[in-house]
Amino acid sequence: MGVRISEVAVGDRLPELSVPLTRADLVRYAGASGDFNPIHWNERFATEVGLPDVIAHGMLTMAVAGRLVSEWTGDPGAILHYGVRFTRPVVVPDDGTGAQVDVSGKISAINEDGTVKVVITAKSASQGVLGGATAIVRLPE
Amino acid sequence: MSLDQSFIGRAYPPTRPYEVGREKIREFASAIKDESPLCRDVEAAKAAGYPDVIAPPTFAVILSMGAHDAIVEDPQLGLDYSRVVHGQQEFTHHRPIRAGDRLVTVVRVDDIKTRAGNDFLTVRAEISTVEGEPVCTAKSMLVARGTAEGEE
Repeated sequence: MGVRISEVAVGDRLPELSVPLTRADLVRYAGASGDFNPIHWNERFATEVGLPDVIAHGMLTMAVAGRLVSEWTGDPGAILHYGVRFTRPVVVPDDGTGAQVDVSGKISAINEDGTVKVVITAKSASQGVLGGATAIVRLPE
Repeated sequence: MSLDQSFIGRAYPPTRPYEVGREKIREFASAIKDESPLCRDVEAAKAAGYPDVIAPPTFAVILSMGAHDAIVEDPQLGLDYSRVVHGQQEFTHHRPIRAGDRLVTVVRVDDIKTRAGNDFLTVRAEISTVEGEPVCTAKSMLVARGTAEGEE
């Protein structure tokens, strides 16, 4: 399990991840996180405030994108820093299929302190949903 | 109306302690479909060098968002939360959050900007144990859409 600092190089790509998100997943995340904003489960409310449909919590998108890194390292505790911008919402239709978030990433730097910087790309319906998403991780020797 | 710039630098009193439970970590990990045994199995977590199961990296949002309420519900600030969307989020982990932690959160307003009719509120949550050990710094940028209309 996991990857070692001696095994990685700048430009290496992480194993890609595709995460399906349905309405049920949004309800489950609402309960787990305590974020019950109706834009994440009530289509009538979402469209009234100008959204195309119910959208995923930005924090859920951030969390599933972060799994790219934690599954690669095998240790969620290896992530020292993780930051994103929410550039576009993930629209989750009530059609039995929902949405899919496709996550990829590569190593953009190996720092002098032995940490590694990963740049993450997250897309849904072929459009980027996160901007400037990066993680700093400490890998074992 | 634009948000009052004098709120920049304002800190709010610490939240009451939040007790991190193993089942809450497991529930959160399941909600983000994170299968890591380190979030579920105490023995696996110990084998990896942790004293108990650890939380996924974005678990801290439960604490930071809860603490944000002090700001977004501050009648003096006058933020219209129905117009607020999440613009940016970052977590700096001083160590992983783990089951058994008793955590308090202090939030402060780092910055307020107005641009093109929108208010941008940057909020920092410092999460530490009740004993004072720093655990996580969570920075959030909240955007209140259209609240600064007619200015600038």
